[in-house]
Amino acid sequence: MRILLVLLIATATAGCQREQRELRLDPPTAAALDKIALMPNGISGAPPNVYFALDKPYESNAYNLSQGKRLYSWFACKSCHGDGQGGVGPAFLDGWWYYGPETVSIFASIRDGRPHGMPAFRDKMTTEQIWQLAGYVQTIGAYRAKTAATSRNDEKQTRPAENRAPAAKQFDEGPTPVHPDQGPTP
Amino acid sequence: MRRPLKQLAALLPLALMLAGCEGWQSAWDVHGESAISLKQLIILIVSVCSVVWALVMIALIFALVRRRATAEPPVEVDAGTERRMTITVAIAVAVTVVIVAIFTVSSFFTTRALNVAGGDDLTIKVRGLQWWWGVEYFGATPEQRFETANEIHIPVGRNVRLQLEGLDVIHSFWVPSLAGKQDLIPGRPNELTLRAERPGVYRGQCAEFCGLQHAHMSFFVIAEDQAAFDQWINGQRQGATAPSDEETAAGRQAFLSKQCAACHTVRGTAADGKTGPDLTHVGSRTMIAAGLLPTTRGSLAAWIADPQTLKPGNNMPMVPMTPEELRAISAYLASLK
Amino acid sequence: MRNGNKVREQHDTDLERPALEAALAHTWRTPAGLWGALTTVDHKIIGRRYIFTAFVFLALGGVLAALMRLQLAQPEARVMGPDRYNQIFTMHGANMMFLFAVPVMEAVAVYLVPLMVGTRNIAFPRLNAFSYWIYLAGGALLWIAFAIDMGPDVGWFAYVPLSGPQYAAGKRADIWAQMITFTEVSALAVAVELVVTIFKQRAPGMSLDRIPLFVWAMLVTSFLIIMAMPAIMVASTSLILDRLVGTHFFNPAEGGDVLLWQHLFWFFGHPEVYIIFLPAVGMVSTMLPTFARRPVFGYLALVMALIATGILAFGLWVHHMFVTGLPRLGESFFTASSMAIAIPAGIQIFCWLATLWDGRPVYRTPLLFVIGFIFTFTIGGMTGVMVASVPFDTQVHDTYFVVAHFHYVLIGGAVFPLLGAVYYWFPKITGRMMSETAGRWAFWLIFIGFNLTFFPMHILGLQGMPRRIYTYQPDLPWHGLNLFVSLSAVILTAGFLVFFIDAIRSGRRGVPAGDNPWNAPTLEWATSSPPPPYNFARIPVVGGSNPLWEQPDTLAVASGLRTHRREVVVTTLTTARPEARESSPRNSIWPLLAAIATTIMLIWSIFSPWAVVWGSVPVAVALIGWFWPKRTPEDEA
Repeated sequence: MRILLVLLIATATAGCQREQRELRLDPPTAAALDKIALMPNGISGAPPNVYFALDKPYESNAYNLSQGKRLYSWFACKSCHGDGQGGVGPAFLDGWWYYGPETVSIFASIRDGRPHGMPAFRDKMTTEQIWQLAGYVQTIGAYRAKTAATSRNDEKQTRPAENRAPAAKQFDEGPTPVHPDQGPTP
Repeated sequence: MRRPLKQLAALLPLALMLAGCEGWQSAWDVHGESAISLKQLIILIVSVCSVVWALVMIALIFALVRRRATAEPPVEVDAGTERRMTITVAIAVAVTVVIVAIFTVSSFFTTRALNVAGGDDLTIKVRGLQWWWGVEYFGATPEQRFETANEIHIPVGRNVRLQLEGLDVIHSFWVPSLAGKQDLIPGRPNELTLRAERPGVYRGQCAEFCGLQHAHMSFFVIAEDQAAFDQWINGQRQGATAPSDEETAAGRQAFLSKQCAACHTVRGTAADGKTGPDLTHVGSRTMIAAGLLPTTRGSLAAWIADPQTLKPGNNMPMVPMTPEELRAISAYLASLK
Repeated sequence: MRNGNKVREQHDTDLERPALEAALAHTWRTPAGLWGALTTVDHKIIGRRYIFTAFVFLALGGVLAALMRLQLAQPEARVMGPDRYNQIFTMHGANMMFLFAVPVMEAVAVYLVPLMVGTRNIAFPRLNAFSYWIYLAGGALLWIAFAIDMGPDVGWFAYVPLSGPQYAAGKRADIWAQMITFTEVSALAVAVELVVTIFKQRAPGMSLDRIPLFVWAMLVTSFLIIMAMPAIMVASTSLILDRLVGTHFFNPAEGGDVLLWQHLFWFFGHPEVYIIFLPAVGMVSTMLPTFARRPVFGYLALVMALIATGILAFGLWVHHMFVTGLPRLGESFFTASSMAIAIPAGIQIFCWLATLWDGRPVYRTPLLFVIGFIFTFTIGGMTGVMVASVPFDTQVHDTYFVVAHFHYVLIGGAVFPLLGAVYYWFPKITGRMMSETAGRWAFWLIFIGFNLTFFPMHILGLQGMPRRIYTYQPDLPWHGLNLFVSLSAVILTAGFLVFFIDAIRSGRRGVPAGDNPWNAPTLEWATSSPPPPYNFARIPVVGGSNPLWEQPDTLAVASGLRTHRREVVVTTLTTARPEARESSPRNSIWPLLAAIATTIMLIWSIFSPWAVVWGSVPVAVALIGWFWPKRTPEDEA
């Protein structure tokens, strides 16, 4: 009986990380989240320690991923990347992450921009929003859907939703052709 | 000494109830044509129902206190009494049917009398978003079109047709002092007609659960006479006020260079974001953040500094800025009259 | 046959009373210990469990309500944030409606109906066991999810698009939708059992015009459940499909319709409240004659009113959608039908008043609750007529006026009769009386506390306070009344505490009750308190609708059922002439195993659509085990 009670209390306090809603990020935490350590060629790197202290909140938290999805349409990412199938900008669904698939690279791409047309959003979004968007973009190109991944939006459908692992289907079609200079520059 | 206290205590609920009879968001303190008809219907039905309830309670009390001997074993049923009671019950049921029919018919006629559109109507488009109200006014030419947020001005004595459009989830437009409510449902455009009979400020609130900040999604309908209304509209149609001193100039500079312009529009400047409320004349509005805080420089600063503490979960992020930037931006926005 | 032809076919005509009781007790027994508890198919044990579990959910829901009132007592209070509050009010509504109100009425019926109609067990006893386990699983799902911050936060009615895939992040809304599946399967199962029991297993001589009114109420309710529950199962399944696999039932951009959800939900939702209310009406109609010391007035009218309410209940649902912009003429039709349902309700109240008028009231706690019910439910009915009017509703829809209305009809109209019923049937179920003093205290505290808590909400609604808000601004005039309401809620809570404590204490140390402490007329009082596992030593035969008043000294019985195997009498539908012997299943573990398999499948399907495919395998295995012929005497018809 006592063991049951202990288990119950442990479960209740642990909560479910996927479902937590962190509505307000403390300003010091938000500032710390900005201090990523990028490799010199701009591909991959390490998020700040606070990212791990918060238990990687932008990769498997449903609320953050859905906020990222909202930001994807609010900041007109569709105008270049379409619904993830590319356009002027590269596709996320073909398996080719030019700067690596880690969230920190995607964060750097959004925050600082990339050569050949990706604008920097540092002055248009806050750090927290960029992390949310980066986490979401990662799920567009995921080959196996996370439980926390978002589902379809209430709009016209052009590809499977993120919780149906859209990249898994399109990966085999090969990389969408892009600008020849696209990719890592030494 | 105890008696006066007891009497006072008995009066307390009454006092509490009566305190709220007046108000700018009340179905009782009505100043709109619709709401006035609705109040009359409410009074009719409530009065008749109260009388019916009282009669039923009197019958119940009589049934209980009639002096009779206790009955062990249980009573036999008497045919004469059964017949008399059958007739009484039948009459009571017939009266109920008549009352219900009267209510149905008067409801139908009241509904029909409301929302009668006319030719001289002013049309305004209202959009419901999580958790604010977008308002769009039209004009004779496309240049006269403008948008504002969370505040609707209407001329007194004229029918105003509100075109209601839900953009994300279901909201409900309710300004009880003027009219009943109508929902804003995505995919189903809706309409509501208002007519204010008296100038004033009327508060409304979203009346359909729409998520985290449903509680803080209010708006204001300001009814003014035609001249004042025309003056307001002409002012709103202008672009944003140019900065008049150093601080507001610095504020505009900061506003445009920081994240603000990505979401908000200030007509006449480079800021043309469409996802947040239009701020061109935010200084002229009574309240900010959908009825959360009065529009003062201090409230603006508080809101910008930490929107997530004041309205947790809303879509405005906490933009990091220096104290000077915050002061300047709030001065600038307060100056946008 | 177990031992070849050696076991002599033994009938109850062969035995004298003590030997008969011993033989029946052996045949119908539930073994002691855990195995017995898990395999029992005795409707009384399952009914008791059901009632107890439902009251646990009532207490939990009450705690949620207290938290809500704590938050709303002050403007801009910070007791909790919007996310927690949204979860709490959703849980409060879903818990009360799906885990308390309907199941408790079903539970009382599961216990009482076989006793009232004079049979040995409910029809489909293993399904009965299954339905309890499924109900328990659904309740556990919801509450454990709430405990780990995964509780649904979209309102108990979960309107799309807010609960849809775009705006409800995570699995919270899926938990809600799947909990619906659990509770609806459970309710449907019990409804089917009740219909069959009431139609085919009544005591000989209990023709349709002699059935106790509670049984009539449960019959009508069961039909309501059978016809209404599918609507919400369609709705919740469509929602899960939209969220999990990307269908477009509610997506206007792809041809779906947001309003479809509301139609489906309320087509269920309105009959749902009558599913809750009609059993309470049946309880009142059964208790009132006992304490008025005369048969109920207007039996036929009351039955007709029950049936009329049931039928009309399906024609009202659009009154929840009066402000969605539907055509005005169509909405007015629903005003007419919503007001029309006041007429059968009025008939019932007038008949009860007539019964009291000609009767000789005996003031015991159950009668107090019935009187409280008449007072309170009538107010709720009046405000119901008010909100039925389209224009009136445009001002009060989605405000605290409606909150007041439905609490008046649900607490006044269903919980008061339920509490009275607990005081009334507690002696039969446990063999002990509850305390009359505590009962009076509980009644007055609850009655006064309830009215002080909920009446001011009518005024708050007219003053402009919407529903489902986690806080309000200080410049609005609602603070005083909200504080008053929150303080009054303490009185209401105290009343419920007195009730619960009394129930627990009386269960252990109450005064032993006899067979019929209230001198009531219906058949359940003809057997001991608590009843033996076989209910009646010999099946009673009735000649009127108040058998124990018509035959006070000895009750006629029918005999001829076998004693070494489980048998019940099957009678004809209208006149209840005996027509067959029917075997009643023995204790079985398969209902529990089937429930476990179903639970796994349904919870897994929240996370993956493949659960429907792979999860069906254990379910199929369990069902095969359930129905596999066992070569017991009961299997051989």
